[in-house]
Amino acid sequence: MVIDRYEKIFMLLGVVILVVGLIAIAVSVFHYGLHVSRPAGRIDPVQARNTAPFDEPGVYETDDGEYEAVVLAETWRFLPDEIRVPAGSEVTFRMTSADVVHGIMIEKTAVNTMIIPGQISEVTHTFEQPGEYLFVCHEYCGTGHHLMSGRVVVE
Amino acid sequence: MSSIAAAADQPIERSDVGIETAGQMWSVKGQLIISLASLAFGGFIGLFQALERIDVTLPPFGPFENYYQGLTFHGVLLAFVFTFGFANSFVSWTTIRGFNRPLASTMVAQGSFWVLLVGTVLGGATMLFNEASVLYTFYSPMQAHSLFYLGAALLVVSTWLVLLNIVLTYRAWRRENPTDPIPLLGFVSITTYIMWGIASTGVAVLVVGILLPWSLGILEYTDPQLGRTLFWFSGHAIVYFWLLPAYISWYMMIPKQVGGRLYSDGLTRFVFILFLLFSIPTGLHHQFTDPGIHENMKVIHLLLTFVIFYPSLITAFSIMAALENGGRRAGGKGLFGWILALPWNNPSVVAQLLAMLVFTLGGVTGLVNASLTVNMVVHNTAFIPGHFHLTVGTAAALTFIGVTYWFVPYLTKKPLFSVKLALWQAWLWAIGVLIFSRGQMSGGLETQPRRTMLGEASYSLPGWDLANWLTAAGGVIMTVSGLLFFIVMIGTLLNKRVDTARELDALEPPMPEAPVHDHRKSWKAFDRLGIWTIIAIVLVLAAYIPVLMMYLPADFSSPGIRVW
Repeated sequence: MVIDRYEKIFMLLGVVILVVGLIAIAVSVFHYGLHVSRPAGRIDPVQARNTAPFDEPGVYETDDGEYEAVVLAETWRFLPDEIRVPAGSEVTFRMTSADVVHGIMIEKTAVNTMIIPGQISEVTHTFEQPGEYLFVCHEYCGTGHHLMSGRVVVE
Repeated sequence: MSSIAAAADQPIERSDVGIETAGQMWSVKGQLIISLASLAFGGFIGLFQALERIDVTLPPFGPFENYYQGLTFHGVLLAFVFTFGFANSFVSWTTIRGFNRPLASTMVAQGSFWVLLVGTVLGGATMLFNEASVLYTFYSPMQAHSLFYLGAALLVVSTWLVLLNIVLTYRAWRRENPTDPIPLLGFVSITTYIMWGIASTGVAVLVVGILLPWSLGILEYTDPQLGRTLFWFSGHAIVYFWLLPAYISWYMMIPKQVGGRLYSDGLTRFVFILFLLFSIPTGLHHQFTDPGIHENMKVIHLLLTFVIFYPSLITAFSIMAALENGGRRAGGKGLFGWILALPWNNPSVVAQLLAMLVFTLGGVTGLVNASLTVNMVVHNTAFIPGHFHLTVGTAAALTFIGVTYWFVPYLTKKPLFSVKLALWQAWLWAIGVLIFSRGQMSGGLETQPRRTMLGEASYSLPGWDLANWLTAAGGVIMTVSGLLFFIVMIGTLLNKRVDTARELDALEPPMPEAPVHDHRKSWKAFDRLGIWTIIAIVLVLAAYIPVLMMYLPADFSSPGIRVW
């Protein structure tokens, strides 16, 4: 097969661009410890409201400076919709849905995960700066989808 | 009058009459009409979504009860019906031309039209009656009317009928030409449909095996995580099913339209084989944030997604080379002079050149989405629709529009209504979508969620105002462009048929010449379609069986819910 000299250079450049991109992603994972959602357990969605820990959604201190936020997503609200923690806290969000697919994204953070009925989502983030962080449901969940939001208040 | 001119004015029989039979061309035209009608209705609803961003709610969202009903209509008609109809029509025709023979079965060809029509009517009716406001991803356990799922299944079946016909046509051609290389136009047509044939099995299993019986009450529960995995098995490859008909035009027709030649037969085949192999085992990059999927599996799909970016990079070079070749032949000089020498007065070319330019941004933003950890900044934000209006909404849609600027005059034997309006249409679309996507993307980078009725939302952030205004302005400009397109189309249909040889010659389709490096220099093994298909299936199984193994046992525990 005949490949033009310029085309060879272009094809090689393409490989270089993609490899550099992959290296950058590897650095973000291995050096900075960024992780995407991964399996954290299952739950019967019909019984989610009566199943621990989701029968008592809220914020719990688990260790010094470490918190667990148990969040139940349902049409069209987060329970709780306000999460208060001191600055510097490492917060693990443990979440599930009681009905349809929801999602959560917290502004100014890399917290972004789907909340799928039957599955438990778990993400961890350390809030260094005091302030209010909006979080919203980012998957269409019905006619009230745009009303589903909450706040992390870091004091 | 000279005798030559007199002869040229005589009505003549065209060379294509033998292979373009009336019964088959009827289906080609019919599916194009379904496609363009969906573009008209689905596209128009986009205006209401764009205006909602700046709190202009024209009650009640066109004919709809709420924003999300309109959004479902917009997505389903444009992402499925417009694209499937165009591919079925255009690629059926390139198959006829590519193998230089009629399709193997007229009954199957007409069947694909009827199945597409019934699927569109069922889907359209359930959406219009507000029985299926589930968006075009129809994630369970939101439950639509069973006829919506039946309609979705029929849309896919119509593409399978076209695939069947293409394969039968290829085999008939092969029997008569046992040693010839597959004609390039036939090659790109058949690989496009084989890829989609494999890819669509995921959504077919989901819709026919789970959602349809579940919506009928035969199954009580569904598994939302499994459903998403099946959906995205097809859901990324569908991107290439949208795009490859556009690539067929860019590789096969555009070189001729700009007076240039395609550079390499072999590289073209290589690119389409890469799409056949790697389009499907990439779907998990839509599920990077799904809790039920193991992280290692996501990394494998990330790598394969980077691989599938590659044939598009090669395409950028090949098409650019053909364009430069044409520009220089037309007298363009210097590093950039050839660009000015391209036929900027030909709306079909201009629409597609602009589609290509916009697609460079669409491709790069796609790479952003695919980048595992970077994805967490943009996943399910307005960045995503910003991205795909550059790809399916422009690279594919504006190319399809550009193709209709010669395809419709050719099919109807009626000259294009207004070249000037068509040129305006192309430029306005490109400008509109750039403004629109700039708005969506900047909003997305500032946590603006996608598919959300933002004008009525209970929350807002400071950066969103500008984003919303840009999105609305871009959407309005695209709507104006869409109106111009349909004025040109309707005007063309109202034009008088031409019948002299000279006039008909002017409407001849831009058929490809042999590339500079033709098939004699290509790798012969590219033509072993059976083997490539098997390799593609093996790759897909290798990429998905571990995903399934780690996920099982399935979790059928979600009852259907109506949330609108």
